[in-house]
Amino acid sequence: MNPRRALLVAGVGSLLIRPARATVPALQQAVAAFTGGVPVGSGGQRVLLQIEPLVDNGNAVPVMVTVPSPMTAADHVRRIAVFAEHNPQPEVIVFELGPHNGRAQVGTRLRLATSQQVLAVAQFSDGTFWQHALDVVVTLAACIEI
Amino acid sequence: MRLWLKLAALALLVCTATATATAFTQQNTPPAAPVDNRRSGLLDMSPATQALQRDDTLNPAWLWLQDGERTFATDCARCHSVAAMGGVATRYPAFDAILGKPVTLAGRINQCRLRHLKTNALPIESAELLGLETFVAQQSRGLPIAPPADPRLTPWREQGRTLFAQRFGQLGLSCAQCHDQHAGGRLAGSTIPQGHPNAYPLYRLEWQGLGSLQRRLRNCMTGVRAEPFADGADEWTALSLHLMQRAAGMAIETPGVRP
Amino acid sequence: MGKGIVHLLRQARRGQLLEVRATTLHPMETGQRLDSLGRPLARDIVRRIECRWGNDLVFAADLFPAVAANPYVSFFVVANTSAVVTVRWRGDNGFEHQEAVSVEVL
Repeated sequence: MNPRRALLVAGVGSLLIRPARATVPALQQAVAAFTGGVPVGSGGQRVLLQIEPLVDNGNAVPVMVTVPSPMTAADHVRRIAVFAEHNPQPEVIVFELGPHNGRAQVGTRLRLATSQQVLAVAQFSDGTFWQHALDVVVTLAACIEI
Repeated sequence: MRLWLKLAALALLVCTATATATAFTQQNTPPAAPVDNRRSGLLDMSPATQALQRDDTLNPAWLWLQDGERTFATDCARCHSVAAMGGVATRYPAFDAILGKPVTLAGRINQCRLRHLKTNALPIESAELLGLETFVAQQSRGLPIAPPADPRLTPWREQGRTLFAQRFGQLGLSCAQCHDQHAGGRLAGSTIPQGHPNAYPLYRLEWQGLGSLQRRLRNCMTGVRAEPFADGADEWTALSLHLMQRAAGMAIETPGVRP
Repeated sequence: MGKGIVHLLRQARRGQLLEVRATTLHPMETGQRLDSLGRPLARDIVRRIECRWGNDLVFAADLFPAVAANPYVSFFVVANTSAVVTVRWRGDNGFEHQEAVSVEVL
């Protein structure tokens, strides 16, 4: 076969070779780093993430995380982290709270590069972690500037 | 008289009476009020983005506006009170007799600086000029756009109207095609707004900053792959004049937030 | 020299729950964007926000490039005693800005 065809076949062949171990998705790694490996619970409405399902512009997406908690010394939220699954870096922000906050409700605006899952994880004073995830659709802006 | 003649006469009488009554009613009933289909781009946004504009504690534009307030106090307050700025933005662009052409609000601010303060004009789209323009325009928030009935503006406004309907760029699209004919439709996942100038200067999420109407119109032109007019060109003022007339009566929303 | 806005009630009852909204002017350059020659623009972001009620740290946040430009945060704090509440932003390239609000607690 001609040299160009041989190169093409070799190229395709290299794509078929898989790494020996599958890579852990970046999001899972980031969450594990936040929790120190402690498993994260879902459901039970321990954490409420609020974000628009279809955003106007991925540059600034308002987000609010509410964690019902008495916020006493004995029972409060220590940290709330927000992650974006397919952003170049999954971590978005980590809030540090304590009883002096009175209410575990935090807000910010994120950048989302593409449609993806946004995840909020809360760390409680008893050492447990709970999460809430939502899917968000991001479309390209029309009439961008050059 | 024969019965049929009587009946005919009665019918004729009834017809005439009805016709007269209808004509009378039509003459004396006011015509149905024309429906105002105009709609601010605010309403085309999601509730979360609308909240960014509606709530001053969420609107990022205040980062610039508060500077504008300070600059006004230092520079402009010698001649102008803040209260007197109410309504000013509703009347711009306005004709400048010395220049012999219309100027935008930003243009007027710079003319004031050159002529009366004897100081430098601020660069177009600079944070300082935008902050001042936004502060002044915000004093008209809630007031209806009231283009001046100045005959000197007419040829400029007409030029603006022509530009609005003119096809531009490689995509060969005119403003009217998207913002008149297809307003309410969708382009790349976004709702096409009617394109009113009532919220400028505004914080555009795409810019991640505050910008003027000229900057947005410029984006539109590059969006259709057209060479935009030069900075400060008369064409922008002409277009602004037409847009303000098209939005006459709509409330100023400055400082707005848009995607 | 930075710019910032902090929204917080200036007067409160002791124990009242107050919402704080804080924003600062900052481009939050992600480090992902390329310049016109295809070279990456260096990351330049606000890294940390801290709020102190007097001398006590009552809120902190670690920011990553995915926080939108002109970063905004909101949180709650319980009014304790009259104090100067400060919000401090710190970031790359020595960025530092602080806003102070005097709160009277009755």
